[in-house]
Amino acid sequence: MTTDQKTAPARAKGETLLEIRNLQIEGQSDDVWHPIVRGVDLTLHRGEVLGLIGESGAGKSTIGLAAMGYARPGCRISSGSIVFDGIDLMKADLEIKRKLWGSRIAYVAQSAAAAFNPAHPILEQTIETGVREGMRNRAEAIADAKQLYGRLRLPDPDKIGYRYPHQVSGGQLQRAMTAMAMACRPDLIVFDEPTTALDVTTQVEVLAAIRDIVEQFHTAAIYITHDLAVVAQMADRIKVLRYGKEVEQAPTREMLTHPKEDYTKSLWAVRELENPPRAGKEIILSIDHVTASYGNSVTVLDDVTVKVPRGRTVAVVGESGSGKSTLARVITGLLPPSKGQVTFEGKPLPPALKQRTKDSLRRIQMIYQMADTAMNPRHRVSDLIGRPAELYLGLKGRAREKRVIELLNLIELDESFYDRLPAELSGGQKQRVCIARALAAEPDLIICDEVTSALDQIVQEGILKLLLRLQSELNVSYLFITHDIATVRAIADEIVVMYQGKVVQQGLKNEVLQPPHPAYTELLLSSVPEMDPDWLNNLLAKRAAKPISGIKRADA
Amino acid sequence: MNPVLRTVLQRLGLGLVTLFVVSVIIFIGIELLPGDFAKAILGQAATPDTVAAFQRTVGLDKAPVERYFAWILGVIQGDFGVSFSGLGALGGGQERTVASLIAPRLYNTLFLASFTAIIAVPLALTLGILAAFYRNSVFDRVVNSLTLTTISFPEFFVAYILMYFLAIKLPIFYSLANVGADTPLLERFARTTLPAMTLTLVIVAHMMRMTRAAIINLLASPYIEMAYLKGTPRMQVILRHALPNAWAPIATVIAFNLAYLVVGVVVVEVVYVYPGIGQLMVDSVSARDIPVVQACALIFAVTYILLNLAADIISIVTNPRLLHPR
Amino acid sequence: MSAETPGMAVEPPIVRRRRGFRSRAWRGLKKAPPTAWFGLIVVFLYVFVALFASWIAPFPESEATGAAFEPWSSEHLLGTDQLGRDMLTRMIYGARNTIGIAFATTILAFLIGGILGILVSIMRGWADQFVSRGVDVVMAIPALIFALMLLSIVGPSTTNIILIIAILDSTRVYRLTRSVAMNVVVMDYVESARLRGEGLGWIMGREILPNILPPLVAEFGLRFCFVFLTISALSFLGLGIQPPTADWGSMVRENATLISYGDITPLLPAGAIALLTVAVNFVVDWFLHKTSGLRDDD
Repeated sequence: MTTDQKTAPARAKGETLLEIRNLQIEGQSDDVWHPIVRGVDLTLHRGEVLGLIGESGAGKSTIGLAAMGYARPGCRISSGSIVFDGIDLMKADLEIKRKLWGSRIAYVAQSAAAAFNPAHPILEQTIETGVREGMRNRAEAIADAKQLYGRLRLPDPDKIGYRYPHQVSGGQLQRAMTAMAMACRPDLIVFDEPTTALDVTTQVEVLAAIRDIVEQFHTAAIYITHDLAVVAQMADRIKVLRYGKEVEQAPTREMLTHPKEDYTKSLWAVRELENPPRAGKEIILSIDHVTASYGNSVTVLDDVTVKVPRGRTVAVVGESGSGKSTLARVITGLLPPSKGQVTFEGKPLPPALKQRTKDSLRRIQMIYQMADTAMNPRHRVSDLIGRPAELYLGLKGRAREKRVIELLNLIELDESFYDRLPAELSGGQKQRVCIARALAAEPDLIICDEVTSALDQIVQEGILKLLLRLQSELNVSYLFITHDIATVRAIADEIVVMYQGKVVQQGLKNEVLQPPHPAYTELLLSSVPEMDPDWLNNLLAKRAAKPISGIKRADA
Repeated sequence: MNPVLRTVLQRLGLGLVTLFVVSVIIFIGIELLPGDFAKAILGQAATPDTVAAFQRTVGLDKAPVERYFAWILGVIQGDFGVSFSGLGALGGGQERTVASLIAPRLYNTLFLASFTAIIAVPLALTLGILAAFYRNSVFDRVVNSLTLTTISFPEFFVAYILMYFLAIKLPIFYSLANVGADTPLLERFARTTLPAMTLTLVIVAHMMRMTRAAIINLLASPYIEMAYLKGTPRMQVILRHALPNAWAPIATVIAFNLAYLVVGVVVVEVVYVYPGIGQLMVDSVSARDIPVVQACALIFAVTYILLNLAADIISIVTNPRLLHPR
Repeated sequence: MSAETPGMAVEPPIVRRRRGFRSRAWRGLKKAPPTAWFGLIVVFLYVFVALFASWIAPFPESEATGAAFEPWSSEHLLGTDQLGRDMLTRMIYGARNTIGIAFATTILAFLIGGILGILVSIMRGWADQFVSRGVDVVMAIPALIFALMLLSIVGPSTTNIILIIAILDSTRVYRLTRSVAMNVVVMDYVESARLRGEGLGWIMGREILPNILPPLVAEFGLRFCFVFLTISALSFLGLGIQPPTADWGSMVRENATLISYGDITPLLPAGAIALLTVAVNFVVDWFLHKTSGLRDDD
């Protein structure tokens, strides 16, 4: 895509709307206050969109709420100044802030499903503030809300408002919540990770709708996200945060092309990890025409055939509900298939876990998405890694201890981790220990179920590099389940694209990623946000010119 | 079918099944009696003739299934059988039906329970909601410690303390609640003040804590924070956003505590010598008068089940997900 | 471009030193509220009295050493009961008997309910349906009423009481254990243990149990109070622990008439029951608060 294209209308920036100086926020745990935000400055002009970006624990949501003069229970704004349009929110009493909230400053929460009241129809909640504050009468407010639904490209805008939140899909709810925020035409909207919980193909629609409406009404916005590519589409200016402090701030294009700080550069660099695909020779795992379902209900896997070569990585890509995790359950024996056969090393695997031998259990290991829940919080690292070595290979006492330390070194951790509990490890270290636990069984195949998606980007890169290194040293095969195309680019040799329980496309990585694609692959690949600030515009222009046909979307 | 109706019917069906199984369990009680039970009841008058007569009266000569249906059909029509106390040595042939024993006492117990509930339920809900609002305030902490203390007290301790201070040291109230069928209504209230007060103290503590927990749980929902961040005034957040979602937990709290009340009366009735069904049951257990025990147990169990059923149905019909299906 | 330095360099240094059990316990205690301190001291005193009852008590457990209903005196510090037995002695032995029986009952209830609850959470399916529906039915009858009914059939004796109350109470333990164990069973680490080929014993004892221990410990305190109160109530009704065993509930009943004469002696055993349950509840309340909130360390 071209980068010099200037399709985005330059936003006229007005006077200063919000001015935050030296903001300090503390959180309480166990009766002790500790800092969450340590001295952040922020200036926002009328009509400007500021992207707040950072990893988990950077304090970005806390700052977003503080911009409204609000701190969650258990948090307090300890010092600094927050001035919104001449009103000092630090000193203003609750009644003054209450009059601002919903009317002049609005908030869009991460999970719309949880933030809508289940007891009232969407429309009632949309017009609530405007009618209460006497800005419009009820009829006008309803007409306006319907119009907003239309602008946000919600289906059937005249009727959708009469539905209850649980009757509407996640992507639609997120747009309805934007309509609710926009209902009083506020000066400022705080978007708190509004698309994080959505699938990529749904995300595109929501991003486009949010961006257009913010532009149309010339609303200032703080857009909070951990996704660089998303913020590149949405923001005029980006502020990078880390550990509650500002790393740097610059206009979006400048930030993307010329990041100054090392931390920012490292964030940007993650996207560049890529290894060339290698074709496999000997097939180690073969899934043939497998059909599976939970109970007697809908078929989750429909005639799926996948082959995994020895020493290679096969990435299974798809959105939620595509059946990719079910595939893992079939291979491991947790869900016996109703039809089809799984063959491992040339021998058929018994369908159910209980019928499998200890040796076949040893040879297929699994690593999970959430390292937190994959490790028993009451077991020490020595037991977590030592147990498979003991169970499968009969290592005890000194031999077991030696093996655990060997494995710790293999995953680039030292002996000091030997008797730690999972709570004493960071996110990346936890996932490393999970990898070591899988390796302790000396497996031939490791199923990696979204192993990097819960991690911050820099940590992700470390884990992916480790996995690649281990593969070259140990010649182990990976079946890599993910929804993230960047991860696939980084690690896969072969790609399997799944959609609604079926395999849409499979082949070597460079073949699958090269156009022309089948319709769904096209939709999926094109929906993945890129760092180019013009990506969304180009994509929308392209889709308007040539709509992708043949995909029926539940969330359209 | 409408999902609300379907769920309610399902729940009612389940309630019926539970009632049936409970009645079977209570009925089986008599089956488990040791063989020489007739002798034990009849005492010295136990000749082979009287034993045979006793077994005929009780129906022990018929098959269990047949007896169960005879019993349950009688129960449905208000006939709980004949009390053992009128049989054999003691009664000398003067039979007393269980129903005639229970009827006046059931009235007394219901009187006491309603008297308590009318005071306790509104008081507990108000206190609970206040404590939830002023969470972590001095008020909340004091109330929390006080209710925790009250909950920990055995009912008879509370009862005797109240009796000691409010009837004996300061003779304000009647120390004993011995009412008869002809006691005038006002005097009835006066005499049952202390028992009602005892029960109220115990129930309010329980119910208040549960109300507080339910409200706090509700107020932690993201949609309440959202309502707050939409500039909704506090009172409206409660009335418009919290309350419509609170019926289910509140109904559960009330049902739980009314059910608790039903059981709590047993001890309190004994302390104040109040002629209610609880005291009757205790006396009958001591005398091993099984038909009366069965009848009392059945009445308590049915009340308990019906109260919980009512709470469940309220939860179902106020659930927006069921009211407005996809 | 950027290479992650393994371990801690890039990631926030969240690693804390683990403290020894003693220093952690002491640190927790120092921060405990006064109510918890009060509770702990009272519980400790009760346990002490219960354990050393026969050394502390001035008279034998059930021997008439004076006239009936003697007032408080230097010989009989708290007077005598309706049969002329020393009240203080009966109070001290009552601690041993009442607490001991309630404790045994609670342990039994936890063994039955706990094991069933964990088993069912692993097996699910029809086993879960079967046990859970059965428990629903038992719980549909109020426990005290059920206990009274069963006692009228089998007759009151200490063994019967322990068995009946333990079985009735195990239903509540079962419910709690099942619901917390269900949350643990769905965790990936349990699935991981199953995929590893671990047996049922390992999964129950090593994977699930350590993770449901805090709520179970708290529940143990609450259930103990409940059992203790139920047994006391039964004894008070004359259907619990049978004479001549000294027991607080029966002592209240036997001497209740004194209250109408303005004598508070019968309130003492009742107060002893109340004080212990208050103390246990305070400790449990603190424990729950500590384990439910943000944990400082494990």
